[in-house]
Amino acid sequence: MDSLQQQNALSLLSGDEAVALAALDAGVTLGTGYPGTPSTEILENFDKLGGKAQWAPNEKVALEVGIGVAFAGKRALVTMKHVGLNVAADPLFTVAKIRLDGALVILSADDPGMASSQNEQDNRRYALAAGVPMLEPSDSQEAYDFTLRAIELSERWQVPVMLRMTTRVCHSKTSVRRGTVTIPSPGPAHFEHDFPSRVMIPAYARPAHLRLRKILAEMAAWNEAEGPNQLIQGSSSLGIISSGVAFQYAREAAPEASFLKLGMTYPLPLERMKAFAASVQRCIVIEEGDPYLVEAARTAGIAVEAAPEIFRFGELSVSRVRRILTGDTSPEPKRVPGKPPALCPGCPHRSAYAILKELNCIVAGDIGCYSLGVLPPFEAMDSLVCMGAAIGVGLGLRHALPPEEAKRVVSVLGDSTFVHSGITGLVEMVYNPPATGHVLVILDNGTTAMTGMQEHPGTGRTLDHAQTGKVVFEDLARSLGVPNVFVIDPVENPEKFKQTIQSCLNKPELSVVIARRNCLLAAGSIRAYERCNEQQTN
Amino acid sequence: MSSKPTNVVIAGLGGQGVLKASDILADVAFSAGLDVKKSDVHGMSQRGGSVASDVRFGQCVFSPMVPQGEANFLMVIAPDQVEVNRAVLAPSGLLIQPSQIDESALPNKKSLNVALLGILSLHLPFPVEAWTAALERNLPEKLHDANLQSFSIGRAAGKK
Repeated sequence: MDSLQQQNALSLLSGDEAVALAALDAGVTLGTGYPGTPSTEILENFDKLGGKAQWAPNEKVALEVGIGVAFAGKRALVTMKHVGLNVAADPLFTVAKIRLDGALVILSADDPGMASSQNEQDNRRYALAAGVPMLEPSDSQEAYDFTLRAIELSERWQVPVMLRMTTRVCHSKTSVRRGTVTIPSPGPAHFEHDFPSRVMIPAYARPAHLRLRKILAEMAAWNEAEGPNQLIQGSSSLGIISSGVAFQYAREAAPEASFLKLGMTYPLPLERMKAFAASVQRCIVIEEGDPYLVEAARTAGIAVEAAPEIFRFGELSVSRVRRILTGDTSPEPKRVPGKPPALCPGCPHRSAYAILKELNCIVAGDIGCYSLGVLPPFEAMDSLVCMGAAIGVGLGLRHALPPEEAKRVVSVLGDSTFVHSGITGLVEMVYNPPATGHVLVILDNGTTAMTGMQEHPGTGRTLDHAQTGKVVFEDLARSLGVPNVFVIDPVENPEKFKQTIQSCLNKPELSVVIARRNCLLAAGSIRAYERCNEQQTN
Repeated sequence: MSSKPTNVVIAGLGGQGVLKASDILADVAFSAGLDVKKSDVHGMSQRGGSVASDVRFGQCVFSPMVPQGEANFLMVIAPDQVEVNRAVLAPSGLLIQPSQIDESALPNKKSLNVALLGILSLHLPFPVEAWTAALERNLPEKLHDANLQSFSIGRAAGKK
């Protein structure tokens, strides 16, 4: 650790940077996750600071790797955006009940208002549904402090702990003092057999569930007595219960009010909330997203006022909190629309979309830069559901549509998305082929472009761009028995790309067409990484 | 400085250095010992869309975003982004825009963000040395000369 002076110095950090710094200070053995706005910078910064960080093919795998680290008695940080937790939900619900030896912190970065997401789900619901204790920082200092506390709580109660952040907490820079929370040093790596605690066959899973509920009751009592919650004594006429960044808006909108600011929002300190509500004339909950705190309070018989339904949508702000407090539900001023993002000039996806449009394809699309193909001038993508859905949705369309229309259906997804959750879709395509065949187009631009040029298993480079094993899409498709597999550069050879797609659409067989051309923004860096890695192998 | 924070919004298009300019401003205020919060949304900005970054500083700052109608300064790097962001500016607030700079005098077009910071700097209580130091901390060395020159051009233009 650095000198005391450095430790006490303030720095201006984003919430993501603060989590990375805390992970370093806590001696986290491994940070793993899948890139997704607004969580991506956590692992990138952990790597820059000297921590061991890696990208997993998807969030489910990342969480499973994290579970293994915690089984070995070490500390793991698993990061993802909110929708990533849907992918990791399967291990989440069961690991919640498993006894851990080390620490497992699951970071969910939610995106209320959808700056860059397909939905605005509120992942506080996951903590409740899975029974995973949850901390919610409201600025970068708390992001630092709560990461350390989450590790401490995880080890003390031997359960995973969720750290729930939102876009503004992840990306806003606020001051951080290091060393504000001290926790024990990590223990040595070790493994002991413990079948009943870790092997969730029904006979062992039943007592494990009982254990979890007992632990949650203990943690609720701890949260009541000494949890990271803050009481700010102000006027007795207005009391505000809040958490996360909503607290910052509320504090500015109503500086005179009393506040119960909750840092640990599952399990909740309901007795404190009850006492607080009783201590003020008007008690209102200010929260961003779903009425999670409101519902919990009301279920416990605590009379609290809730924000009108319209404030459930989008991000909150100081202005919106002022409206909530005055009960103003008049139409909010419309924002002047800015310039929307678009596919870069020279982007290889442009060539691909122009041709798919020309061929009048029905395009089952997916998530990435190429989602922008739905906008003018292309308007050439017909669906976007979740990562990897292009293949399944395309197959379903082919099964249901009459042959003449079915023949126009193509599934389109990017390289990172294909690895994330397209591979099982490809297996489905081979296993249950539609009568008209199917065409899968992988737009391989050599990077996870939309989130900011992260590596993935298809690039053959690790998070820090070092050489590693590479998943070769064409080899994979051929090994699965796909009869027609092509690799074409759609910018250099647009005519060949068009003819290939056309001929694939016209035969009742399975085809995989890989449109391979590096992302224009990443091409220079990719060349530099390749050169560097070649020199090292030579 | 009063107890109310100073609010600055910097706006433009992806690739114009909006975030770099707000990093430099936040650094200057932070180095002066003030409470600072800075907020911007990442993710789609690289695709050439609108980008805005909020910087707030003072004795104590709560919200990281500038409330609508409360910006003391709105600094816009792309002329077509003025109207998009005008609502954030307080009635008494100051708009700083590219028309105030002779762009042909800049050592390169990319440093327009820093030239506009030069104008902004005239209205903020930080010494010019603090700006110079922050510019040098936040930019690679090979860009120092061009940006220091652009900053001076901005300051001169702002004094007119």
